[in-house]
Amino acid sequence: MRPEPRLIEVRKNVLKQNDAVARTLRDRFRAAGVFVVSLVSSPGSGKTAFLEKTLTLLRMRYRVAAVVGDLATENDALRLARSQAPVKQITTGTLCHLEAAMVESALQDWDLHQLDFLFIENVGNLVCPSSYDLGEDLRLVLISVTEGEDKPLKYPTIFNSGDVAIVTKLDLASAVDFSWETAYKNIQAVRPGMPVFQISAKTGEGMDEYFKFLASRQMEARVTTSA
Amino acid sequence: MHELSIAISIVELAAEEAERRGVQVNAVHLRLGSLSGVVKEALLSCYEMACENTLLQGSHLIVEEVPVVIFCPSCRANRPLHTVQLFSCAECGTASSEIVHGKELEVVALEIQECAPNPV
Repeated sequence: MRPEPRLIEVRKNVLKQNDAVARTLRDRFRAAGVFVVSLVSSPGSGKTAFLEKTLTLLRMRYRVAAVVGDLATENDALRLARSQAPVKQITTGTLCHLEAAMVESALQDWDLHQLDFLFIENVGNLVCPSSYDLGEDLRLVLISVTEGEDKPLKYPTIFNSGDVAIVTKLDLASAVDFSWETAYKNIQAVRPGMPVFQISAKTGEGMDEYFKFLASRQMEARVTTSA
Repeated sequence: MHELSIAISIVELAAEEAERRGVQVNAVHLRLGSLSGVVKEALLSCYEMACENTLLQGSHLIVEEVPVVIFCPSCRANRPLHTVQLFSCAECGTASSEIVHGKELEVVALEIQECAPNPV
């Protein structure tokens, strides 16, 4: 006679493999003294333009580099390479998000000690990247003024996986009747206390304030690490 | 849509446990937070596919959905949300982004059947 079925407790995180790799990456980043910032957004919200501007301007004062995820093309890496910063493309094929192991293998032969800031541009997607820790210090969630102020209400999960919100394409705000008050209120509704910056990669508006914030966070991380 | 790779991870995790304990798995019990970024229906439809040609073939996935609970600094207590569109205390309205529950994505238990000993 077959014994009765019974229940055994397991309690295991499904993403434990990704989380373990992310922890290893985080330790590696700390040890090298590099501050790591990842970017998530929907496709077309201006991640690459924002990152190109960031790399171009930050390069004057810091040692910066980027890895960028894309489903099929290397276009983003080519655009970012115009900033003269080291850039590496991760082509994910059909995968809709980056996982820690992909970042790890992209960085395999990089000497991270030579960097102050490393940027990781995720695949354009507001859903899937939220589940995967990449070992970053800071995760930026971008929304462009053309996407509508209610984006945060539609995607509360991604905003809750992020640390900072960036409103992009500010130069188009008046053309689309963008309401900063509504957008800000919606971001704070789904993620109370989230810092928000408004920028235009085209005109450079708002970039300075964002850089000051990055620099202060990087300083804090260094102090914490050495303490 | 990353539910297939999540389903594969669940199957791998459960198969590893089953093999280690020498048991057959009838069902996998999963706790799924509403902020896990995983959609229950999509996960269920991927699960069967992920089980094919594994030790888990024929097993079921039983999903317990976990609503978001925040810590309210005013009430000094854990409180549920009325809606994930508004992270504030359901009792006093204080905003809080301190999430206590809702990000879960964990296999909590396996319903197993001891493998019957081979007849001699």
